[in-house]
Amino acid sequence: MILKPRLKEAKAIGYYLGKIIFGLSLTMLIPILFGLATREVNPALDFFVGMEISLLFGLILTKLCYTEQDLNWMQGMIVVSLSWIAAMVLGAIPLYLSRHYGSFLDTCFETMSGFTTTGLTLVQDLDHLSYTHNLWRHLGPFIGGQGIAIVALSFFVKGTSGAFKIYVGEAREEKLLPNVVHTSRFIWAISIAYLILGTLALGAVGIQIGMRPGNSFFHGACVFMAGFDTAGFAPQSQNILYYHSLLFEVVTIVIMILGALNFNFHYQVWAGNRKEALKNIETRAFFISVTLLFFITAIGLSKFGVYQKAIVLFRKGFFQLISGHTTTGYMTVYSQQFINEWGDLALFALICAMALGGCICSTAGGIKMLRIGIIFKALLEDIKRIILPEQAIVVQKFHHIKEIFLEDKQVRGALLITISYIVLYGLGAAIGIFFGYPFLNSLFESTSAAANVGLSCGVTSPGMPIALKITYIIQMWAGRLEFISIFTLIGFFVAAVKGKK
Amino acid sequence: MRKVHGFLRKRISLRLTLFIVNSIVFFLALCLMRYATSPCYAQTISSTDLINHAREYDGKTVVYTGEVIGDIMKRGEFAWLNVNDGLNAIGIWTSLSQIKDLTATGGYKRIGDEVEVTGVFHRACPEHGGDLDIHAQALRKLAAGRRLQERLNIDEIRFVIILLGILGAVWILTLLGKK
Repeated sequence: MILKPRLKEAKAIGYYLGKIIFGLSLTMLIPILFGLATREVNPALDFFVGMEISLLFGLILTKLCYTEQDLNWMQGMIVVSLSWIAAMVLGAIPLYLSRHYGSFLDTCFETMSGFTTTGLTLVQDLDHLSYTHNLWRHLGPFIGGQGIAIVALSFFVKGTSGAFKIYVGEAREEKLLPNVVHTSRFIWAISIAYLILGTLALGAVGIQIGMRPGNSFFHGACVFMAGFDTAGFAPQSQNILYYHSLLFEVVTIVIMILGALNFNFHYQVWAGNRKEALKNIETRAFFISVTLLFFITAIGLSKFGVYQKAIVLFRKGFFQLISGHTTTGYMTVYSQQFINEWGDLALFALICAMALGGCICSTAGGIKMLRIGIIFKALLEDIKRIILPEQAIVVQKFHHIKEIFLEDKQVRGALLITISYIVLYGLGAAIGIFFGYPFLNSLFESTSAAANVGLSCGVTSPGMPIALKITYIIQMWAGRLEFISIFTLIGFFVAAVKGKK
Repeated sequence: MRKVHGFLRKRISLRLTLFIVNSIVFFLALCLMRYATSPCYAQTISSTDLINHAREYDGKTVVYTGEVIGDIMKRGEFAWLNVNDGLNAIGIWTSLSQIKDLTATGGYKRIGDEVEVTGVFHRACPEHGGDLDIHAQALRKLAAGRRLQERLNIDEIRFVIILLGILGAVWILTLLGKK
């Protein structure tokens, strides 16, 4: 029997949602200060408006729904789902006021793409966008990559045990430290340390390749934030092609790989456990998958004679494959070139890379390496069972931070999420086909949206059908939160309508 | 009679030689026209056209116009420009001597110089790691860039003040409510 949710439950959801909106609104102070410092007054005003509206919503919700009750699992999941929708709408306000977007929906698409670290964009005339708005575009992935709700709660709410439910709701299962708030703060500490290093590295490369110093460090910070958080936004319309530099591409590849690795893995390496890199099931699966898929990409590219020189094929093919596999979405080719020139085999490998994605507990999207590793191990176990005598006891282990015995529960969980992703990729592709796009284009773009990649073959544009924009927004949202929070939200609404008092 | 014969033979052989020489010259000229230069597209081609039909234009001389955006990135005796024609931006590889006149690049506060580039288009430039680019043979500044004056948006300032007032009122109400 489904029970209708009580007002008390709705109030707890509203209160925590208000807190999160409050926290999110304060992050707009960064572009405001930056805008004033760079004398971009009108863009700074856009953020004043955005911040005030967000504060107003946050204040009203926390006042109307005030409660001292902690969140239960269901409420935590619903808060997460709703907070991403709220962040999308409220974060879109300053961007919409920039007049670089065709509609408010386009701006919502952009912010959802940013917060979910996807990187598909509908911005128009990006090359004339203000530094302030551009900073916000790149700050979105940096905030969303760590998790919007957990960011707000770990900094603005003290001692909440409900924080763990929100942490899990934002598709994070592993705690680095015993306390989830400390874990979240540690993730922030790692990210900020890398931000400083990455900005310095990219800024130095920028100066070396002839950019103005101020511009090079601004680009460095933006490209780092969108690269480490596997979003793929860039300050210029040509994306990474703008820089025309091998060195810039190499540094970007390193940043993308760092971003796609598990934060727990970073923690182990920082703590001196460097052997983890060789033993961990995720890093092994990632290495094997990249090698195999690059091999297929290279065959595809050479078969169609896309690049005449082997070194050129490696530079373009490897960059795009890493960009797809880490679910970053940085591009050194124009989107139309994928379909017009790359050929079906290379595109197939790239779609597979996007679908598989990076590691769990990272900013990457897609099915993720741990699940692929677990499914593969389960397959091996079953093969062993068939080959070995019936009396033999088959035990399968894998290494992920520690030695873990493979259990059916883990395999079931991995398969369930994998199937959900495959269905999501397929549904988006079907809707793309319905609107008249060819099969391969539709599958490419749908996988890119649902796996939070951001590579585009040209389907994503301001002129695409509204329904397809909404489809991709839902795909980005569902893909980032890994379904459970969204299923819970749907269940909550069903209970509200059909439940008994 | 023999003299007449000899004279005619000489004239015929002279004409024949001239004809053969002329034919060879004409043939060579045709060959040179065909092979010495790649076909040149005299009309300006849009970036979308170049990207969508990259194989068709690969290695051909094209004319491309647009606004210089971002940075002019100097690399030794050469430089990279990124030129946006309103649809996409394309990288232009040019010698420093060709860009002496350029003064402004486009961004939020500036409209960049508008240039016309005549150069060889590469779908996947082997010299530059497979980038789609144009190697400029000639570069002409069509219009000078200009600084954009940012006018303060008074309506938005009013809106900010009104919102601030509402926010303050709600905040005071919440404080009163607590008491």
